[in-house]
Amino acid sequence: MAPGEIVCLSGPSGSGKSRLLRAVADLEPHGGTVQLGDREQDSVAGHHWRQSVMMVPAETAWWFDSFGEHLSKPMPDALGALGFPEDTGNWAVSRLSSGEKQRLALIRALSREPQALLLDEPTANLDDDTSLKVERWLQAYIRQHQCPVLWVAHREDQIRRVASRHFRIDGAGLREQELRQ
Amino acid sequence: MNVIELSWWQLGLAATLVLALAACTQLARLGLGKSLLVAAARTAIQLTLVGLVLETLFSVGSLPWVALMGVAMLLLAGREVMARQQHRLRGGWSFTIGTAAMFVSAFSVTVLTLTTIIGPTPWYTPQYAIPLLGMLLGNTMTGVALALDRLTEGVWRQRQLVENRLMLGQTWVEACGDIRRDAMRSGLMPIINAMAAAGIVSLPGMMTGQILSGTAPALAVKYQILIMFTIAAGTGFGTFVAVSVASRRLFDRRERLRLDRLTGSAGD
Repeated sequence: MAPGEIVCLSGPSGSGKSRLLRAVADLEPHGGTVQLGDREQDSVAGHHWRQSVMMVPAETAWWFDSFGEHLSKPMPDALGALGFPEDTGNWAVSRLSSGEKQRLALIRALSREPQALLLDEPTANLDDDTSLKVERWLQAYIRQHQCPVLWVAHREDQIRRVASRHFRIDGAGLREQELRQ
Repeated sequence: MNVIELSWWQLGLAATLVLALAACTQLARLGLGKSLLVAAARTAIQLTLVGLVLETLFSVGSLPWVALMGVAMLLLAGREVMARQQHRLRGGWSFTIGTAAMFVSAFSVTVLTLTTIIGPTPWYTPQYAIPLLGMLLGNTMTGVALALDRLTEGVWRQRQLVENRLMLGQTWVEACGDIRRDAMRSGLMPIINAMAAAGIVSLPGMMTGQILSGTAPALAVKYQILIMFTIAAGTGFGTFVAVSVASRRLFDRRERLRLDRLTGSAGD
């Protein structure tokens, strides 16, 4: 995958999209090889790898009381772009809706400045308008930081908008799909 | 001073109290009668047997036999630690970690106490060594079992949280830090509570026993304080070792959370 490239993955549920992301993030034992630049996955410690190749799961979990404590640096621009007020950092995590959690999880991940992103249905819990907003913001971020991105999506229109390439999980293999404009 | 002799018929009188209680629970349909009686019978039989073993051991008093008794107690305690966990580590790790943790803590604290603090000659005099080891093992066992159960239960329930933290690039130590702290705390809580309440709420068993057998209360108190401190040290270090090793075992070399190393439920 090239820097700044967004590769979309789709497939029926249970076909192993998330497992593929988990393997690339090295969260699950697997038999493949993954490289970031010229670094092999096995050549660095697990947490170093995951700091650079960061997965944002569909279901998020939080361990501090307030959202702001989860960030490793303040992210005022990102909050603004995704429609959150400046004091979001003080919001109690227990009161966030699933859509808010999903967007804030993206900000939580990007505050750690990963070099590659693995997104598992990043807009699954969002309405259409918010989805578009998140897509545009992510695309801008990805272009600016030139990270390669694996993006699990199931909506055709979203794939058409964001993907540089599109693969479908088909039984035991991956099949490249035409991108219809 | 000598202890007043207790004969079997006097114990029988005490047993009628338990029988009366069993009858009452039966009448109230609490369904406890049978387990109460079984437990009472086990107490009587097990303690009688231990009494015989101890009498023999005291009369022999040689190091190999004392050591053998110690090892047997240790293995039984290890089995108990394993049996008390809902999700245990597969492949004998549960037993090994529990037993090893108790070995390095309870065993070494006992030997240390015998050789440098109490100092009977020889240091393995069974009259001192066995009760001391027994108390230490019993308490360490409770601490280790509670802590391990809390640890495995914690990661089992919070796997999503732990994995989320791993995904954000945290080390395995950070990712399960809260759960480890929790586990340590629950392992140490009983002895902390016991030390805090000793003498106010309850008179500890050993001290009561010594006073009953004619020891001056001041001396009995000193022994009790010694025991409390050694139990705290034994439980603390044992829990520490068990939680450290077991939590490491829950992650592999690539710092992935490996719940497949845990059994699913009590029956698995």
